[in-house]
Order: sequence, then structure tokens, then C-alpha cells
Amino acid sequence: MAILEARNLNIAIPTGDGLVHAAQNVSFSVEAGELFGIAGESGSGKSVLAQAILGLLPTAEISGEIWFEGRDLLTLGPRDLQKLRGARIAMISQDPLSCLHPYYTIGSQISEAILTHKHIGKAAAKRETIEVLAKVGIAAPDERFSHYPHQFSGGMRQRVMIAMAVALNPALLIADEPTTALDVTVQAQIVELLDAMRRELGTAVMMITHDLGLLASVADHVMVMYAGNRMEIGRRSAVLAAPAHPYTAGLLASSPSNHAPGSPLTSIAGQPPSLLARPSGCAFAPRCAQVMPICSLERPPERAFADGSHSICWRESKAPAPMAPVVRQTSKQAASVATDDPIVTVRDLRFGYPSGGPFSKRAGVEILKGISLTLERGRTLGIVGESGCGKSTLARVIAGLVPASSGVIEIAGQDIAGLDAAQWHSLRKTVQLVFQDPFGSLNPRRRVGSIIGDPFRIHGVASGAERHKRVRDLMATVGLNPEHYNRFPSEFSGGQRQRIGIARALALNPSLIIYDEPVSALDVSIQAQVLNLIRALQKELGLSYLFISHDLAVVRHVSDEIAVMKEGRIVEMGDADQIYTTPQHPYTKSLLAASNPLPRLEGAS
Amino acid sequence: MISFLASRLAFAGLVLLVLSAFVFFLFFVAPGDPARLLTGEKATEAQVAQVRANLGLDRPIHEQYLSFLGRTVQGDLGFSYRNQQPVTKLISNRMPATISLGIGAVLMWLALGIPIGIMSARHPGSWRDRMGQGFILVGVSFPTFVLGMALLYLLYFMPRQAGFTLFPAGGYKPFLADPLIWAWHMFLPWVTLALTTAAIYARLTRGEMLAVMGEDYIRTARAKGLSEHKVVLKHGFRSILTPLTTQLGADIAAVLGGAIVTEQVFGLQGIGSLAVQAVGNQDRPIIIGVVLLAGFFIVVANIMVDLLYVLLDPRVRNAH
Repeated sequence: MAILEARNLNIAIPTGDGLVHAAQNVSFSVEAGELFGIAGESGSGKSVLAQAILGLLPTAEISGEIWFEGRDLLTLGPRDLQKLRGARIAMISQDPLSCLHPYYTIGSQISEAILTHKHIGKAAAKRETIEVLAKVGIAAPDERFSHYPHQFSGGMRQRVMIAMAVALNPALLIADEPTTALDVTVQAQIVELLDAMRRELGTAVMMITHDLGLLASVADHVMVMYAGNRMEIGRRSAVLAAPAHPYTAGLLASSPSNHAPGSPLTSIAGQPPSLLARPSGCAFAPRCAQVMPICSLERPPERAFADGSHSICWRESKAPAPMAPVVRQTSKQAASVATDDPIVTVRDLRFGYPSGGPFSKRAGVEILKGISLTLERGRTLGIVGESGCGKSTLARVIAGLVPASSGVIEIAGQDIAGLDAAQWHSLRKTVQLVFQDPFGSLNPRRRVGSIIGDPFRIHGVASGAERHKRVRDLMATVGLNPEHYNRFPSEFSGGQRQRIGIARALALNPSLIIYDEPVSALDVSIQAQVLNLIRALQKELGLSYLFISHDLAVVRHVSDEIAVMKEGRIVEMGDADQIYTTPQHPYTKSLLAASNPLPRLEGAS
Repeated sequence: MISFLASRLAFAGLVLLVLSAFVFFLFFVAPGDPARLLTGEKATEAQVAQVRANLGLDRPIHEQYLSFLGRTVQGDLGFSYRNQQPVTKLISNRMPATISLGIGAVLMWLALGIPIGIMSARHPGSWRDRMGQGFILVGVSFPTFVLGMALLYLLYFMPRQAGFTLFPAGGYKPFLADPLIWAWHMFLPWVTLALTTAAIYARLTRGEMLAVMGEDYIRTARAKGLSEHKVVLKHGFRSILTPLTTQLGADIAAVLGGAIVTEQVFGLQGIGSLAVQAVGNQDRPIIIGVVLLAGFFIVVANIMVDLLYVLLDPRVRNAH
């Protein structure tokens, strides 16, 4: 029995730029007690669906029907919706820190939800709160009741959010990217908890995520959204193993875990479209590998397949597995030239913040506790670890942005501790950094041409027309249109901005580039484009990479060697394949176990 | 916590010391001769010198400053040049009027500014928001003395012309003598001071509320099924208490240091009008006394605000 059924849902949100068509003719139904997955990249309209169901889009123009427990939610008044929210339909979302009020204890925030819908006393509400906290695995719940959100770790906060959501035993729990902000080992625990809660309480879970691997492990049904359209819907086994729509197939193929390490990834070309315009044909047509002339002219029909899945596409058969570039290499060493000439040598590196002075109770914190590693010229060392393990600090120390507390760092045979200002200046040309956040790391008020040209200017390498030409060459190298020389960063998408960051890093022909989570802010299809670029540049220019990421699949894909970091130490280091196939350290094993590999696509070689 | 307070108090003392030195030396280098001003145009040079010596103004400045400091730490701010009264007494005589003005005005601007700001922020772009923004624009751009004069004209002068007294023109009546008379006399000054400041509070509240209402935890509060009323006040407004407190601390201190324009317009014998008279008379001890008093209020307000943060924000509480 379906507890939630959306029929021909259209959602348009008025903005300063015009109407954003966030959902177009979307229909789906969620069965009682099932886990229904909605997958899509950012801007696909998946989160808007959740807010529409909860009636949290007061300004939006919504048409269609949303049936829940015998009533059409779109016809309900604000009071009726308010009674449903929290009691019958609950929601948890991405960032558990910002979702909890910082000034109230977690106990009072959960009790508040209970007291809103149940006519019981405060003491009874407190008892129920403590019960549900225990149920979601919060230790010492009666003590934790009066703690504030900042006193919990990310995973614990998400448990608190789940406790709040299930406290009233709702029929439907909407989980909007419930694990995205969490570490991979914590992610697994949260998904497990959600799964346990729905089995125990019979709550249907509508899980919205960009992570197909996550859905592959838990979802019953999967709906794939693109630009506000429902591209495909069906049983998980049907949609993810034998996708009908070229977009789904493309998404699956973009994931590094569907490729031999080191081989080029199958990326989806282009960028997601703007939702301001409603294309006359298929929204995916401009990026589709199997596009036909009719695709961009007329809206595609809905097709039903024998395995129960539906897709909207002009193709009559299921999408062929787009596996053309998969060429398994026997050894990656063929791709990168190994030499016995280390570009980076780090010996017993330590870094910490001192205590707050003799009068302060603040103790010193040691972040890096004796790191030793070697990176050979022309090779890639991947550093993987969860948040707080010190991997970004390591990058900053090696790049010389912060001085080490003790230990030796040699770059190209030169100990960086004893360098004077002039030597530092020239070392800067050798070592470059690419940062995680392509939005925050580019000055929004400067033109892209001058951002990329900065290294030339600072080091007095080229000026005037010469600099202009070299910047344009760099833009072409990283796949940007040199015509866009005078644009501002805001006019570029996330993937393009990361290309800008890479172009800037390449300007002075460095030997070493340190990538700090270069693709974690990007959508899967865009991530594949950037990873391909990073690989191609290494081959072409003979660069050495230090590649830092929390994502094991990504690190494995680009790295020759992998170092696994935990609490400021390298717990395991070795050949990438070896770490992946025969991990030795228990922490590496738990990391591997926690990551969600995608199902192998049928027809993948 | 104790060490935090101790360090803040030590810093406050330093601020007041620097402030006193600054004001003291400022008057020394400024043109004008208090002795000549006191003795008058016709006095002979010898008489002026005599007065100067009596006031201790013939000594080197550092000596003057040191003896001033010595007296000040004992709670003695010296005597007025003009009427020989102790400055501390002059100031304490003037405090009731200033405090009366401050308390009423603060309550009034909070009661007016915060609801207007919240109303504006709840429906950005609506007619209510536009009205709120109109209030902010008019209030912020209206000079206090114009508003005071206008109120006097409308609510005092015009009724008087018509033959009855709606509000008095000003003056201070002690609270203890008759609270009603006190409030009746204070009403126009309160409104004058409150209206312009309320606009600033409305603007602050509106901006902070707009930012807070976009937070994820507001969505959580809505998803819980809370009424919009609770979402806005318990979850939204609670969060902006911190910036409001910051602003309020500074503003209360400023009013207690003398709301010069309002006091002048309504003839209130408060700190502000005392300062104005003292500047006109070059009565240096009073001026320094008033400046130190205002400085004292500001450093005390800052410490109070910091302590309130600890109460308001559990994250700050746990950090200490």
C-alpha cells in the first residue's frame, strides 16, 4: 500500500531571476515501510520535492497532487499541514549541526516536538525523549538530555536528529542527504540506524541523496531526477544494475568505482542546465551520448520496461552500458614514470598548536604526530582519512604555508626549514596547491584572467601580451574557453572553477601539485571530468601529485600509492592496489567496509 | 570565569586611565583661558594670575594631571571652576533626570523597534515590510532635535494655543514625589529619543531575523510542526538576542553618558545639559568628570554584555 503518492507534480519557485522550474511532471509513490531513494545531482530538484511534501514552500507555485494517508497535502491548510509535520511526516537533513538550534539542549528540542503533538506533561515528554535517545544509540541518554548540540560529534548529532524525527513514530521519514556531511565510517552507522528504525517502527523512509552507492546498498525503489524531471524510476536492482535512461547509465559510469584505477573515467560532458527555461525536448539532450534529433524537439514519452522500471526517453531500449573507455591496465606503472628521485621526503614530521600560555587551562594540541613519507617524481601519493585526521594540515605544512613543529621536509632535495625569503620565493614555483572549495578559494571580485595570471605577475615571469597569451594557453589546457578571460568566478560552475584553480596551479610549471579534496564539492558527473583532467595533465606534464581526499574510491583511482591517516598518524601506506585488495590495518579495513561500492554494471568489462 | 572577569576589569581601568589623560591634555592644548573667563573682561592681569594660581593652573601639566589622578582614585573629581561645587555632587544631582530619560526611552525603543523589525522580516517584500522599512528610513534620517521640536509644537504649543495643556514643555519632576507627574513630564523626551533609536533597532532586528530565518534549524523547527509564532519567537528571535544585547549595551551607556540633544530640547537638567553648560564655561573639572562618567558607563556596559553572552550562548559558556 502506498502511503505517499505524488501525481504530476509541478513546482515552480519565483526568484529574482524568474521562475525556477524545480519539478516538472514528477510522479512517484512510496510504499509503507520501504526505503525509497531519490537520486540526483545538485540542482536536480530533489530537495525541493521534500520541502513541497512538508508544505515548506509557501511562495512556490505547485500543481498536481500529493496523497498522504487519504488526503491531498496540496489542498490542506497551513494548520492541518502543521499537525502532520513532525507527527506523521518527519524530516532530517544534511548538516546535523546547523539543523539543531545552538542555544537549546538537545533534550528540550526533542521534547518540544513531542509536546507539540501530544498532550502529555513535561516529565512524561522527558521520559519519552530519553527513551528515544537510547533507541538511536546515544549512550547515557538521561545525562545527554541536557547537553547542547555543540557537545556532540557529527554522527551523534545526526542520531539526535533521527531521534527527534522518530520520536512521534511518523509514517514517513524524509531524509535529505542524511550522511553527506559525515565521515564514511559514521555514514555507514547512520544508514544502518535509519534502516533499523524503519524495520522496527515500520516507518517509510524517503532518502534523498547524490550518492548512488548508498542507495545501491539500502533502497527498495529508486527515482533518478535530473533538472526537475523524473528520468527514471523502478526497483533498485533494475535501475542501478540495468539503467534504462542514458543519464542514469552516465552517472553510474562516472563513478571511479566502476573503472579500472588509472583509466580515464566516463564523464558526462557539459553542465546541468538552468531551471529557468523549460526546454521543449528532453532536459538531458544537450549532454546525452545517445542523443537523437527528436530529443531536443519534443518531450520524450514515458516508457515501461519488463523489469517494472519506467523512464522518459525517446530511446526504445535500455541504455547501453557506456563502458567504451574501460581498458583494464595490468599495471598503472605504465602510466606514470617511476624514478628513484623523490620530489618530497618527509621524516618524523610533527605539528601542533601550543597551549594557551601559562595562565590558560587550554592544553596544547598535536595534530601531526610523526609523519614520514616519500613521493617519487612523476607519481601520485594519495592520502586518505576522515575529517580531523590531519590530512589537510599535512598538505599545508608540506606546502610551507605553516611551519612544522619538528621533523624534516625536503622538497626536490632541499630542506625547507632553512630557506631564506628568496629561496622560498623560488620554491613556490615548484609547489602549488589546489583547494577543496572552488567557490571560496577564488576572489569573487577579480577576473579569471587575472586570477590565473597572478603567478606570472608575482614571480615576474611574464607580463603584458605575453602573460595574456600564456593565461589563454593555460585556460585551453584545462578545458576552459579562453574567450572567457574577462569573466568573474561567479559566472562559472563548480567544475569550471576547479579548472581555474588547476590552471593557476599549473602556471609556473610546478613539479609538485598538492590537491586538497579537489573534487569533493563537485557532482559525480563533473567530478569525473575533473579527475580525468588531473590524470591527463600528469601524463602530459610529468607532474607529481599529493592527492588528499576522504573518498577512497577517488583516491584509489588517481593514486599509485596510498597512505591512510588516522589521528595524526599514517596507519598504513603502500601500493594502491595492495591497500585496496589486502588492507592490513583494521582502520583501513573499516574504511573499505564502510564505503558503498556501486553494483557492477551489466556489460561492463 | 573569575580570571576572565579580572582581566576585563583591569582592561577597563586602563581604558579609563587613557581616556582621562586624553581629555586632560586635550584641554591643556585647546585655546581659551578658564581663569580669564572666570574673572571677566575687566579683570587685571594680576587678578587673573591670582585666580589661575588658586585653581592650580600655573603648575606644570604633568603635576596637574598627577594630582588630578590622585584625587580621582579617591572619588574626588574636584570642584567646578564656576561655582566651587564638588563635581561629584553636580553629577549626582543630574543623574536622576538622565536615568529617568534613559530607562523610559530604552523600554520604548525596544517595544517599538523589535516588533517592527520582526514584522518586516517575516514577510520580506510585503506591504508590512515596506511599512517597516519606511519607518526605519524616516526614523534613521530624522534629526533628534527636529523631532523634539515637532513634538513640542504639536503636543505642547498647539494645545496651549487651544487653551489646554496636553503635555508640559519639559523640565524634570522627581519620580519619588509623584510617579504620574514624573511620567507625564518625561513622555515627550522619551518619545523623541525612542523614535529615532527604535528605527535603528528595527533595522538591526530585521536584518538579523532575515538571516536567522534562513537557517537550517528554523526549517527543523517548522518540520517539527511548531506554530509559526513559536518558530519565529522561540527559535528565530532567541538567536538574535546576542547581537541585540551588543547594540543595547552600547546604547544604554551612551544615553546614561548624556542624551545631549534631547535634554537640551526639553530643558532636562541631566548629564548631557551639564556637559553642554560646562563646555560653554570651559569648566574643565566638570567636563572631565562627565567624560569619565560616560567612559565608565561604556566599559561597564561592555563587561555586562560579555557576561550576558555567557548566559545567552551555551557555546561561550562551555568555552570558559
